[in-house]
Amino acid sequence: MRKRLQNITSKGISAAVIFAFLVIWQALSGAGIIPKFMLPSPIDVGRAFFSEFPLLMEHGKATLTEAFLGLLCGVLLAFFVAVLMDWFPYVYQGLYPIIVLTQTIPTIAIAPLLVLWMGYEMAPKITLIVITTFFPITIGLLDGFRSGDPDAADLFKAMGASKWQIFRYMKLPGSLGHFFAGLRVSAAYSIVGAVISEWLGGYYGLGVYMVRVKKSYSFDKMFAVIFLISAISLLLMRLVDLLKELVMPWERVKEEK
Amino acid sequence: MEQPVILKAEHITHRYEKNPIIEDICLHLNQGEIVGLLGVSGVGKTTLFHVLSGLLTPTKGRIFLAGEDITGKAGHISYMLQKDLLLPYATVLDNICMPRRMKGMKKKEARREAEALLEEFGLEGCQGKYPSQLSGGMRQRAALLRTYLFSGQVALLDEPFSALDAITKGEIHQWYLNVMENIRLSTIFITHDIDEAILLSDRIYMMSGKPGRITAELTINKPRPRGQEYMLTGEFLEYKKKILELLK
Repeated sequence: MRKRLQNITSKGISAAVIFAFLVIWQALSGAGIIPKFMLPSPIDVGRAFFSEFPLLMEHGKATLTEAFLGLLCGVLLAFFVAVLMDWFPYVYQGLYPIIVLTQTIPTIAIAPLLVLWMGYEMAPKITLIVITTFFPITIGLLDGFRSGDPDAADLFKAMGASKWQIFRYMKLPGSLGHFFAGLRVSAAYSIVGAVISEWLGGYYGLGVYMVRVKKSYSFDKMFAVIFLISAISLLLMRLVDLLKELVMPWERVKEEK
Repeated sequence: MEQPVILKAEHITHRYEKNPIIEDICLHLNQGEIVGLLGVSGVGKTTLFHVLSGLLTPTKGRIFLAGEDITGKAGHISYMLQKDLLLPYATVLDNICMPRRMKGMKKKEARREAEALLEEFGLEGCQGKYPSQLSGGMRQRAALLRTYLFSGQVALLDEPFSALDAITKGEIHQWYLNVMENIRLSTIFITHDIDEAILLSDRIYMMSGKPGRITAELTINKPRPRGQEYMLTGEFLEYKKKILELLK
């Protein structure tokens, strides 16, 4: 009860800060201290958002489709690679440095190459999202597989369990928490990845829309799309949390105690 | 009335990287008997259990279960490790079913079998809960039922009650003795609590030295179950005195 109360107060505080921020912003821009073409006021941004709503939704749908497909492929690939790495130490030793290396390549550098190789359609976007989302999930799963109590593995062995059974009943469910932590990060990455790769070449998507409004100096629309992207990312993360609660009911029970 | 021998270990020696941990250990367990294994920490009691359970293959020696050689073969003897090791992500019932599932039994069938035993173990009403919702004593009960479902024949319990507070421990000792009256599970348990060893055991092996050996054996003649008041009798204190001398 007390915790809940604290929760509400902390939420109240952050809401108040955001509100104050918006008020100051509106005052600065509305009073003409900062010229409107450089920084549109929040009200302008809101107006732009609603007037552009159908177009934003259309582009948003394209971005979301790419993000979803990319994330799905990323998760499947991550799962496959993590299981291989967990089962075969040689694969682990061989692949681990390469996987880390892929993370040091700046997204912005590799995206134009992907466009060159794969064209302006979905393929380069999905590839880029796979590259960015695959890492946190693979590492999460690997950590998860290894997080099990070695004594629990002994217990399973004493019960005569096979390697597969130990994986199925101990390692896999034990890795779910780590998996969802990785998925949460990756869900946010997937939207950013999609937008960046659209930015660098494409026909549809919020990234394409961004380039267009930037070229026409419509900063109010620019801000509108930025807010939309943030909102989608937050929504996706929330969705992952909901999915986690559904898949891991024992976590909720722990909190209730 | 001597019962037949169900588990027999002959001249078990185990070395870890050339260092002997336990040396020339011979022991036996009769049908339905509860045997305590008493000794200071680090004497190799857990290593001995790992060997008996088949998790480790001894450097020397043989282990027989009902006459069959099971040296180095896991999956024949129930083993309850020091922690309860209940899986946090499975309900109590599914945790208890785990050994049956490992043997390839269908989920439904395993559940039915486990449910039939819940009352015997004082776990009725807990089946749908998660382990994190249970008290320490209840978790131990669940772990013990899981151990029993693995093999109704022989169980090895590594310090089954050491993590509990004194009052819970007293309660669970009585509960344990009562359950054992009904299920007659032949058991060896590790403890370094002398009182617990006398209260629960029919026979006590004492281990000491480095490498660990069995240095003494003591039979407790008082029939089970023994109430807590037994711990206040002169007979109990006599046993305790004897053990303290033997452990010196």
